[in-house]
Order: sequence, then structure tokens, then C-alpha cells
Amino acid sequence: MKGTPFLFKGGWLTLYIVLILSFLYLPIALIPLFSFNNAAAVAFPLSGFTLRWYDALWGNKEMLRAALNSLLVGIIVACLSTLLGILAARALTRYRFPGKRAATAFLSAPLFLPEIIVAVSLLTIILSVGLTPSLVAVALGQTIFCLPYSMSVLVAGFEGMDRSLEEASRDLGETAAGTFRRVTLPLVAPAIVSSLIVSFTVSLDEFILAFFLAGTEPTLPVYIWGQLRFAAKLPSVLALGSLMLLASILLITLAESVRRRAERRLEQQVLL
Amino acid sequence: MAAASPGREPDQSPLHRTAPAPGGWRTGEAASGLALISPTLLYAAFLLLLPILIVFAYSFWTQDFLTIDHTFTLANYRAALTEPIYLDLLGRSLINALSVSVLAVLMAYPLAYFISFYGGASKNLWLFLITVPCWTSYLLRIMSWKIVLGYNGVLNSGLMRLGLIDKPIETLVYNSNAVIIALLHSWLAFAVLPIFVSLEKLDRSLIEAAHDLGDTAVQRFLRIILPLTLPGVTYAFLIVMIPTVGDYITPKLIGGSDGVMIATAIQAQFGKAANWPLGAALSITTMIAASLLAGLVVLVGRRLVRALA
Repeated sequence: MKGTPFLFKGGWLTLYIVLILSFLYLPIALIPLFSFNNAAAVAFPLSGFTLRWYDALWGNKEMLRAALNSLLVGIIVACLSTLLGILAARALTRYRFPGKRAATAFLSAPLFLPEIIVAVSLLTIILSVGLTPSLVAVALGQTIFCLPYSMSVLVAGFEGMDRSLEEASRDLGETAAGTFRRVTLPLVAPAIVSSLIVSFTVSLDEFILAFFLAGTEPTLPVYIWGQLRFAAKLPSVLALGSLMLLASILLITLAESVRRRAERRLEQQVLL
Repeated sequence: MAAASPGREPDQSPLHRTAPAPGGWRTGEAASGLALISPTLLYAAFLLLLPILIVFAYSFWTQDFLTIDHTFTLANYRAALTEPIYLDLLGRSLINALSVSVLAVLMAYPLAYFISFYGGASKNLWLFLITVPCWTSYLLRIMSWKIVLGYNGVLNSGLMRLGLIDKPIETLVYNSNAVIIALLHSWLAFAVLPIFVSLEKLDRSLIEAAHDLGDTAVQRFLRIILPLTLPGVTYAFLIVMIPTVGDYITPKLIGGSDGVMIATAIQAQFGKAANWPLGAALSITTMIAASLLAGLVVLVGRRLVRALA
């Protein structure tokens, strides 16, 4: 035990971390498992492999419409959240101004609020000014929740950037706008891509705001919520759920690998 | 709020200016920074702050069918704070959220500790593995617990198949315990990250020094590691506690009648019951009660840590 920093050897903690990972992953793994199960009841024993729950999805117009809605909202949210994130992250990392800490705290406030309260607040304001719930309302609301994620990715991106390259560009006669477009943006491109993917993923999976604000046009999670009332539809919900899980995991892996590659490139530059 | 001139083009900001000497303050720089951040701040002001302020205003009004009576009244708060049903729901929401957040912090600390101290080159990989489930649909995650714990669910059917039980256990789902387990599953990773960050910032030479001076492992933990990572622990606690108080999906899907929480009442007032002012008062009461309880726990926790050190 001498030399190990604390209480346990890593061994016990390794066991613990494996247990926690099983706790985190096993329930989720049941969704794809039962989506291939050839039975309407979701229970053991498994009764053979089938793709029929997936087959049923393609012909489902309502589901495809919800998927299209989700895609549309996701793209708007990703662009808006990343754009607002770039402005804020650039301001926070490049300039000193009063109220910086307050601004950061204010923009990360959504992480510390019960989502339903934000949802009913947005619903109230939308209906009070005479607008109706819509996909645009969902996108505008979800952007608020994606901003903290976008900002954390982008602030890290701008902080990791070598500022002297911008100065060199200015000294060589490039305009401020040109420098930003031709030097700054390419340097933080990986962070921008990460932010786009992360906010798209958050939007794709977001339920509460969509539930309150979507009106008659459901997104995928809202569509799933509606289907959950019918026990018989559970297997096809599981098939759709599996596809959504796959999409989220692929997207987030992509975002992570973009971020990591950029990080490694930066480390190499520092070493050179 | 941002008092900057919004007309200024962000691109016009003097990029080439070198950073001023430490301590030096340039109003030009402050103006540029504020101008650049103002669109984001204005966006959040309009879509976060303003809506909440309007709900706050609504909580003092009354609704008669579709018309809103703007006369100031505390009747909604009186209802929220005296009617047994709301007190009951609020109390259960607070207890469930407190259980989830305390358990999440207790479970997250060893995880964060392992990754920070033993993660070596694969720290990022461990963190990634722990956070991946967080990025999947919240609704699907809660649904998976319904599949696990349901009367005809995976756990019951599996145990019966193994011959360990004769008939399904009814008490697995549709109660507060099911809600707490599912919420813990969803929020655990949120507690790991802040604790991990504070462990990473911890100056390791302090632990070595304590070791050299004869502190035991437990003493080192209680006197150095825990007090210095307390900000991370506090952050982790708050980021789980406050949002889970208002959780809607989990109690609705797997809470049954025993596990109903305040969000269901809030949703009902803004939906079918159509009593926005009461819904608003319930929302504000929930936020204030959750903040007060969280603040109290943080204070007591700090005292406790100081007493142990």
C-alpha cells in the first residue's frame, strides 16, 4: 500500500467502476436487445430474432414526419447555438470586460434550472404575445439549453488557439475581418464542428421543451411519448429507440474524436 | 445586462491589439468584449430571463377561464403552500431530488477519484465511457427502466425464469424507489465531471507532504482531498439536485401514484386545469424551496467537512 495515494488500491476501484458502467449501460442495452425479439411482450425468455419491428417503421408516415421535424429543429438549434456560442466564447476568451463572471453564470443557468419551469415559462410568453406553439418555438427554446454545451466546447477551442498567429496575420496586412475568417476560424474549426454535433444531439433527444412547445408537429421523442400509451406498440418504439440511441452514440463519438484530434494536433505544435 | 452598443460589428473589433499590460484597463477592449457577447446575452435575456419574470408576474394574478385578472394577490401562493396535495407533492419532489443528488455525489466521488488518480493515459476514455449514456435520449433511458422494473418486465421475468421467485414482485416499479434509481442512472455522470475537474486541480504535492508528515490515508482524504475538492462536490450536488426536483418524465413513467412529483401538478395547471397563475406560483415555489434546501445542505455539508478535517 505504500506509495499508492489513498485508501484502496486501484483494484477495488476498478471493480467499482466496472459495476457502475454496467449499471449505466445494461438498462439501455435492453432497448436494442428487445427490438430484435420476435415477440410483442418485452420479457424473458427471448423468442427468436426478427427485423419486423424495423420493417414496420419505414412505412410509418407519422414517424417519418416526426423524424423530419426532429432533423429540422436539430439543424436550426445546432447553427443558432453554435453561432451564439462563438460570439460569447470569443468575447470571453479574447477580451476583458466587466461582468464577465456574471455573464458566464447567466449563460450556464439552464443547467441549474428544472427544465419544466423553463418550458412553461416559454409556453406562457409565446401564448401571451399571441403566437402559437410551433417547431420554431421548440428550436428557440432548445437553443437556450444547448448554449452551455456549445460554449464549453468553444471556449476550450478559443483558449487552445495560438493568438500569435492572429497577430502575425494582422502584421502582414490582413484586415480584422479577413484575419478572423482566414486565421481564427480555421484554427477553431474542430471546436465549431464539435459544438454543432453536440447541440444537434442534445436537440434530437430533448423531450420536455418539445412536449410543451411543439403544438401539433411532434419531434421524435414526443412521438415516442404518444406511442407509449399503447402496450402493443412497444416493440416498434424499441426499434425506433434503438436507431435513436445509435444516432446519439455515433454523433457523440464523432464530436469527441474531432475534439481529440484537434487536441493532439495542438500538443504537437507545442512540442515543435 | 450588457450595456454595450449593439450596432457595432463584431468583426470591426481591433483584433490586432495586443493584450493590455496586467492591471491596465482599456475601455475600448471592454466595449468590444461586451459588444461581442451582447447578442448571446440578449438571446438568453429574452428566452430565459424574461419568460421566468413573466411567470413570476403571473403567480400574483388570477385566472377566470380565459381572462387574466391582473390584481395583485397572494392567493396562489396560499394555495401552493397550504393545500395538502401540493405540499405533499413538493415534499416528495424535494426528498426524491435530495436522495438522488446525495447518492449521486457519493457514487460519483470514487469514480472521479479512480479516473483522476489511476486513469493514467486513458482518463479521457473513462470519462467518455461514463458520459456517453448521458447523450442518449432521456426519455429512452427512463423507458428502459420501465422495461427492467415492470410487472412483466425483464427483472421479474428473468428471476421467474431462473426459478428464484414464483410470481412477479409488484413493488419494483411505480413508487419513489423506482424514480430514485432511474434518476440516479440519468444524472450520475453529471456529478462525476465537476468532482473530476476539482480533483485534477488538486495540488498532488500537498498529499505527498501530508504522507511524509505521517498522515494516514483516511486523514489525507479528510484533511486535504475532501476539503479542497469541496467546490466540485457542491457543484455536482447542485447540478443534480435542482433540475431533478422538477423532473416530469420519470415520475410519470415509473412513479405510479406513490411517486408523483410536483412537475405533474405544474403541467396540469398549464394544461388541462388551465390555471396558469396557480401553475406559476407552484413553479416559483418549487424553485425557491429547492434553492433553499440545496443551500441548507451545502452549508451543513461544509460545516461537516470542516469538523471532520
